[in-house]
Amino acid sequence: MSVLQMFASTLITGFARVVTGVRPDWRGTLPDASQRIYFANHASHGDFVLIWSVLPKPLRDRTRPVAGADYWEKDRLRHFIGTEVFRAVLIDRVASARKEDPLSVMSRALGEGDSLILFPEGTRNTTEETLLPFRSGLYNLAAKHPDVALVPTWIDNISRVLPKGEVLPVPLLCSVTFGEPLRLQPGEDRHVFLDRARAALLALSGRQDAHPAPVPLDGQPHAA
Amino acid sequence: MPRETLILFAGVVGVLVFASAVGAILKARSGGDPSPTVDNLNARVKAWWVMVALLGAAIAFGKAAVVVLYAMASFFALREFITLTDTRRGDHWALLVAFFVALPVQYWLVWTNWYGLFAVFIPVYGFLLMPAIAALRQDTSDFLTRVAAQQWALMICVYCASHVPALLTLEIPGYEGRQVLLVAFLIIVVQGSDVLQYVFGKLYGRHKVAPLLSPSKTWEGLVGGVLSATLLGAALWWITPFTPWQAGLLAFVICVMGFLGGLVMSGIKRDRGVKDWGHMIAGHGGVLDRIDSIVFSAPIFFHLTRYWWT
Repeated sequence: MSVLQMFASTLITGFARVVTGVRPDWRGTLPDASQRIYFANHASHGDFVLIWSVLPKPLRDRTRPVAGADYWEKDRLRHFIGTEVFRAVLIDRVASARKEDPLSVMSRALGEGDSLILFPEGTRNTTEETLLPFRSGLYNLAAKHPDVALVPTWIDNISRVLPKGEVLPVPLLCSVTFGEPLRLQPGEDRHVFLDRARAALLALSGRQDAHPAPVPLDGQPHAA
Repeated sequence: MPRETLILFAGVVGVLVFASAVGAILKARSGGDPSPTVDNLNARVKAWWVMVALLGAAIAFGKAAVVVLYAMASFFALREFITLTDTRRGDHWALLVAFFVALPVQYWLVWTNWYGLFAVFIPVYGFLLMPAIAALRQDTSDFLTRVAAQQWALMICVYCASHVPALLTLEIPGYEGRQVLLVAFLIIVVQGSDVLQYVFGKLYGRHKVAPLLSPSKTWEGLVGGVLSATLLGAALWWITPFTPWQAGLLAFVICVMGFLGGLVMSGIKRDRGVKDWGHMIAGHGGVLDRIDSIVFSAPIFFHLTRYWWT
């Protein structure tokens, strides 16, 4: 790691600490050098900076966030921060722009022994809902790498620090809660697994799910 | 630096050495049995060492350092307070103004001795302009609740807290260049009262003052703590422009206000369903948990002193 990279990394995590006083809560697991996929809620561009800031340095050096290439390739500064400082695994979110399948890009990073930070909602959640439905990426990755533990990781408050469309952050205390690691059960159905993973993450939020039950097939909402 | 400062500092360090020794003995006597009370006591004493070192260094460096230290305390306190309020996207600009305009300007006013504006900047200008900024965002859900909470946060965490360094701007005839001792007097009395209430409460506490609000506040602790801290204040008259009687009386007012501050802030914590404001100071909780009594006593002490002695 170059001096510039180290300087930028210290600057970014230091800034995150001053603004958010971020604290880890290792509720369901301990910081551990074994290979992991941290799957987290995504409400702000500051999300993985917070996870990154609370990981002990040796773990941080081996943990890479999965992020959208469209955002992090936009200009030279973002490119430097994204690829050189965070070592982000960049995937093309727009199918037509894809040079490579996102799954194989992520899979390769895991193959190199790194841990990943993944946002299974697929995009930033700017709605009033606590957590959006999960995309299939987490399931596909888990199916391909059954030996990697999946750690639900709840990031609290960052959406209030930097709401969508705002440039300057408001200082508010944030926390990152790590839940009990889970794995894909042999033969587990994709929907069942994704629901289970989403419920595990929601449980860490301490909030009620606005949509606990799947919408009935007939499309009629239950009477209140 | 006045000679009294060194004597005071030596005295405070002596108390901390004593407290650390007591903590170590209690720990040894518990014989390895884990005791949350003793561990918490030791964590508190340890944090006190850090806080005394910080405050001592600030006082040694003079006014600029005291102003900066309190500006930082205000920043962390405001961060803790706003975290517990319900903010919405529409509050973003108003909050940015609170943190990055109101707070630095208030402390700049302390630094430049501009009393006239210092006294009205947040209660008048902040009071009227903050909700106006929020209104411009046109997010009306819970508008009054949000605006009121932000006003309160700014008044407590910035306006009230800034009265501690503002003591340095008081021009008391015959007391020139020693105002830093007024800061020391206020802090020693109010924190001494907190610590003595804790000690008396742990030793003799039976009857709770406000069981629904704070389970740890007892009448025995309150009376013992306030009376002994009042005596402590009277005994410190030689660092103040006051006579022993006046010092004791002011110390009593400071202690009572400090107690009420703790009570009010407990009420807010209860309302928000938390035990502590934050986690910044091990054993104590957040910054606000430590300075809640100071923010309530500082403005009153400031104005009583200003009215009768300047």
